[in-house]
Amino acid sequence: MRSDYLLSQLDVLEAESIHIMREVAAEFERPALLFSGGKDSIVMLALAEKAFRPANIPFPVMHVDTGHNFPEVLDFRDRRVAELGVRLVVASVQESIDQGRAVEETGRWISRNRLQTVTLLDAIEENRFDALFGGARRDEEKARAKERVFSFRDEFGQWDPKNQRPELWNLYNTKIRRGEHIRVFPLSNWTELDVWAYIERENLEIPSIYYAHEREVFERDGILLAVSEFLPRAEDEHSFVASVRYRTVGDMTITGAVTSTATTVSEVIAEVAATRITERGQTRADDRTSEAAMEDRKREGYF
Amino acid sequence: MDILRFATAGSVDDGKSTLIGRLLFDSKSIFEDQLQSVERTSRDRGEETTNLALLTDGLRAEREQGITIDVAYRYFATPRRKFIIADTPGHIQYTRNMVTGASTADLAVVLVDARNGLTEQSRRHAFLATLLRVPHLVLAVNKMDLVGYDQGVFERICAEFSAFATKLEIQDLTFIPISALHGDNVVERSANTPWYDGPSLLHHLEHLHIASDRNLIDVRFPVQYVIRPHASSDPELHDYRGYAGQVAGGVLKPGDEVLHLPSGFSTRIKSIEMAGTQVAEAFPPMSVTLLLDDDVDISRGDLICRPNNRPNAAQDIEGMVCWMTADRPLAPRTRLVVKHTTRTIKGIVTDLHYRIDVNTLHRDESATQLGLNEIGRVRMRLTQPVFADPYARNRLTGGMVLIDEATNATVGTVVITEAH
Repeated sequence: MRSDYLLSQLDVLEAESIHIMREVAAEFERPALLFSGGKDSIVMLALAEKAFRPANIPFPVMHVDTGHNFPEVLDFRDRRVAELGVRLVVASVQESIDQGRAVEETGRWISRNRLQTVTLLDAIEENRFDALFGGARRDEEKARAKERVFSFRDEFGQWDPKNQRPELWNLYNTKIRRGEHIRVFPLSNWTELDVWAYIERENLEIPSIYYAHEREVFERDGILLAVSEFLPRAEDEHSFVASVRYRTVGDMTITGAVTSTATTVSEVIAEVAATRITERGQTRADDRTSEAAMEDRKREGYF
Repeated sequence: MDILRFATAGSVDDGKSTLIGRLLFDSKSIFEDQLQSVERTSRDRGEETTNLALLTDGLRAEREQGITIDVAYRYFATPRRKFIIADTPGHIQYTRNMVTGASTADLAVVLVDARNGLTEQSRRHAFLATLLRVPHLVLAVNKMDLVGYDQGVFERICAEFSAFATKLEIQDLTFIPISALHGDNVVERSANTPWYDGPSLLHHLEHLHIASDRNLIDVRFPVQYVIRPHASSDPELHDYRGYAGQVAGGVLKPGDEVLHLPSGFSTRIKSIEMAGTQVAEAFPPMSVTLLLDDDVDISRGDLICRPNNRPNAAQDIEGMVCWMTADRPLAPRTRLVVKHTTRTIKGIVTDLHYRIDVNTLHRDESATQLGLNEIGRVRMRLTQPVFADPYARNRLTGGMVLIDEATNATVGTVVITEAH
């Protein structure tokens, strides 16, 4: 027998993610895939396409729209969804605010990041979704490093980190009661570099803001933020034009850019491989609130 | 580059967090902001040195109490391999978490403090690793610096462990003397242990041959999902019926004669697709879609194998159970939901043969029930057959999880020894 039945790390990760997606499609009645237009959800959507080919993806795609998105990313979202012929559900934070379900934050760190949770949970209830795919990875953050692939949420959408269901082999417990749901993370075992390597290997299109471009930015607490109508600036926060790219794509008010000259995927990979700062540490203002900022948000029902 | 998954077992006192911290640090997998955050927290808490355990203890309660509660997954890569570490807590009250971490591991690292020698805990970790049939075991004798890098100490611990190991079915055992704190034999061979001629831990992890650990002989393909493109405008797809799943054993090729269970009907593989593209063969752990020559009624929960090599369609299961809930005990007459491969059915515990003391391996045959984190040998009767192999033969067709009918919680796991 041949002794080299070896798969590359990307093949193994892809096989695991596809298995997870098919498991959800087989066992849940109303799953949906959370799609932000960011690189992780792009990979997730590509995997969903592969998992069910030649059939269509058997679930809709949902975007929680903060109203503070990068326009390049929204364009990309609409184009990709049209190509795949999947149904897009947009849950709007602005609508939650208009309906009085959520209250806009004020002050210097104005952000709709936390408000997304309200919109997300309302949309889950309204659409009666019982499983939601999220693109979160365990290498991103220490609370996420502890989370299961199939992560149970109670009827309030809450995560209880001390009472998680044991997960053995490739057997996932999908049992829930009405009103509860499962967040499913098919990219749990992928690292940032795996995601980039997969984008390169599969030649996946990603929004232009992931590549170096000229942008008007200003610096706040060591993070380079885009000048936009959504984010008030102090008088001493002077803007300047720099060559930057985004390492993560989220709400414009909290997502920082990194200075870069990388204009191709391989150049981005070279920069990512050389960096000594984590992706969230470099670019996410939302995780700087406290040591347990992510855990606290997740408990409330965040992504 | 392939992937090696390994589980680490041992308490904070054994230096497990320091070891993981060193592997991550020396492979440049710890980032500056993570290190700064840990340094800041250590300083705020008045600790003299940077507490690397804070890197892995991700939950608020863990940091507050200074203990590891749950499995944390860590990632690092060298030019040779990507590594996934399941960092499992050491205390007996977290046995279920170690079982979880070990279920998918290719290798387990059990840490022993050179000053204390083998403890109940190290024996328990080795037992759980072999129960879950982790194919490779490393006994890392840590804190060699504190015993003056004494060869005699190392050899005494190795001999003691070897004697204990004869009671276990360990497939591959390696002893490595290390100092996680100083880095001896972790990444590089150490000049402090000239009497040791084995590899460093990282070298061992990088070069270990794991491809043959998978079962490439017995074809096992649990059908997970049937792909039928509905309302397709493409007439060629009108009759498309693809059986999607992840190969659990063996090598499948187009043209192979295969057998469908439960029907017993034989047919041939017409083609194998991966993501819509035809492939020449499929083997574990590939996720593929099989197209068959004949139109057989096949659905989720069925299994495809070879006509002359089939698993037992079993309704009576003998196995070792690890009970994972404090809400209620497992005892004869306990009814449960059982998940085996892609099949979910019901079952009842008919006998509890014995409870095993995970520290001494003593079998207590007078036991009438199992509590949280207890392990015992049971017999179960299932409402419908499962297509099962002994776990020793195949970890995927030989394992089951148990779910509480009322609460939907995952309450236990079974490693199958016999299936009838």
